[in-house]
Amino acid sequence: MIGYALTFAIGCFSLGLILNLWRLVRGPNPSDRILALDTMAINAIALLILMGIWLGSAIFFEVSMLFALVGFVSTVSYCRFILRGDIIE
Amino acid sequence: MPFWAEITVTLFLVIAGLFGLVGSYGLVRLPDPMTRLHAPTKATTLGVGGALIASMVFFYATEGRVSTHELLITVFLFLTSPITALFIAKVHLHQRETPDDLPTPAEGTGWAGFAAEGPARGVRDFPPDPAGDTATPEISR
Repeated sequence: MIGYALTFAIGCFSLGLILNLWRLVRGPNPSDRILALDTMAINAIALLILMGIWLGSAIFFEVSMLFALVGFVSTVSYCRFILRGDIIE
Repeated sequence: MPFWAEITVTLFLVIAGLFGLVGSYGLVRLPDPMTRLHAPTKATTLGVGGALIASMVFFYATEGRVSTHELLITVFLFLTSPITALFIAKVHLHQRETPDDLPTPAEGTGWAGFAAEGPARGVRDFPPDPAGDTATPEISR
């Protein structure tokens, strides 16, 4: 039963990644593109956690923690670059 | 694995998948950049939270120990997603809106994207060069 639910959840998040990619390509403003990138990072974190349940290994938590950190820092630095023209002043 | 754990993990996995899909679909479907900001930063974060709870219950049922990694990731995501939403909203205000188009804020305050973040991107007011060579301003680090 967990296998079916895992397949469903992995399918949902993968479809979400495709939708985010559509918004990343189409998005009219830079803010939409930044938002699509941030959502792609969050969906990738969810996929990594589901992969950890699928394989039964705990090493994916460190990977997803690193993904969360790098995604947050990259989003904030991209926003800072657009707002101020520089990242670290 | 006991039956209650299987039911709980399945329930949270289905909830997580539905919320993640709703968040990503809202990013495509909603018409306006400021409304588009709502779907991913709230629904998708909730979806990741559901997946983390499912993972926590799963590893408690199979290995018999409570792991705190998931709690760390949950706390980090729930702390950072409002900050990214605020930054993206500021980028949108800074680039696409003028202060006349927005509703007036409270007395004595202004909108954050305009007053504090004054000059446009990449352009600064450099002090005049004492040698008189104003054609090539230096980028101050």
